[in-house]
Amino acid sequence: MCLAIPAQVTELLDDNMARIDMGGVSKAICIALVEDVEVGDFVVVHVGYALSKIDAEEAERTLTLLREVAAMETPS
Amino acid sequence: MKYVDEYRDPKLAKGVAATIAAEVDPGRTYRFMEFCGGHTHAISRYGVEDMLPKNVAMIHGPGCPVCVLPVGRIDDAIRLASDPRVTLCTYADLMRVPASRGTSLLKARAAGADIRMVYSTLDALRIAEAEPDREVVFLAIGFETTTPPTALAIKQAKTMGLPNFSVFCNHVLTPVAMRAILAGESGEATRLDGLVGPAHVSTVIGARPYEFVASDYVKPVVISGFEPLDVMQSILMLIRQINGGRCAIENQYVRAVTSDGNARAQKEMAEVFDLRESFEWRGLGLVPHSALRLSDAFAAFDAERRFDIHTVAAADNPACECGAILRGAKKPTDCRLFGSLCTPETPMGSCMVSSEGSCAAHYVYGRFRDRSRARIERAAS
Repeated sequence: MCLAIPAQVTELLDDNMARIDMGGVSKAICIALVEDVEVGDFVVVHVGYALSKIDAEEAERTLTLLREVAAMETPS
Repeated sequence: MKYVDEYRDPKLAKGVAATIAAEVDPGRTYRFMEFCGGHTHAISRYGVEDMLPKNVAMIHGPGCPVCVLPVGRIDDAIRLASDPRVTLCTYADLMRVPASRGTSLLKARAAGADIRMVYSTLDALRIAEAEPDREVVFLAIGFETTTPPTALAIKQAKTMGLPNFSVFCNHVLTPVAMRAILAGESGEATRLDGLVGPAHVSTVIGARPYEFVASDYVKPVVISGFEPLDVMQSILMLIRQINGGRCAIENQYVRAVTSDGNARAQKEMAEVFDLRESFEWRGLGLVPHSALRLSDAFAAFDAERRFDIHTVAAADNPACECGAILRGAKKPTDCRLFGSLCTPETPMGSCMVSSEGSCAAHYVYGRFRDRSRARIERAAS
């Protein structure tokens, strides 16, 4: 139920709406709940609404941490 | 898909699993509750449990809105939909939830009620606008993730002047339910050492509302994304807190969750909704201040007032263990209906309905692993 999917904003539309690309599926969603959405941003989409933006730097940092954790016990 | 595939990398998962195995204290057990159905689903689907050491147990929580909605409220929805003036719009998950006397929304629709599955509150608004002669009622359920979209739809209906739109509100609150679980924790069966905190609920409410878990119940929380690597990293973070004697609210899902959450969404919720005195949860019973209703300013859009709904509590199937499963006191396989009388095709209890329900997740993914694990153990002995 609380599942939300990351999607990239491809076009800003009227009335607080935006077109997004969700792994190849194009859809119009409402962006009224998130501030300063721009074309190219990734947003978390839930029941037709963007809930938050995805922070690209934090996402990369998480992956770096995961790689470090995974490497700790992996034989070199 | 970007921000999905990277967090499902099996090679990385094996590495993280090895680190977890190296860091757990073999002299103790770790019992973690994943509050959300989204995590339950990910843990079953990707076999996360199989990658954890034997002394790390995951206990499924009540964070599946379809599962915790009590029978009485589904009965109300069916009664509403039976009114020939009404078009009931609902998220698809609710269609098969068993109601009293063997009914469900799906069966009510087959019997002629006008019930339509929608993806978004925006669809319900569109239907109300296109069909002014119909009383369009949106059956709203969900935690704080799903609440702001309902709030916006209600405000939009007011702006558009849509007199034929209303909302039957069943929105519930995560931190209050978490407190109910922790307060009711008793004995070995429900003992918890920490919680995997909600992903998308937290995008809205932030990390702060969980602080009471550390201060009042002295248990760590790690807010986690819904992908398998997110969950594994969060479990490692919980283990490290416990091993280090720490107890804090940490955030693994930093790419989408901040400490303060989404201020705009919080403002919309506060404007449109008020706290209910009390609300019934399947499994938890009546929990004070655990749910929302429309505020007086939006009373005109409240289906409960428009259609004079007075919920009558109704009992679950007595053989169904959903209640104990939702409290983390029992596992799906502890229920004698599981997999025999109760399957996703013909659910007897709500936990078998939504793909996030503990029983449905275990039926679809987990039970096969149970069998293969048993085979492996037999072969080894």
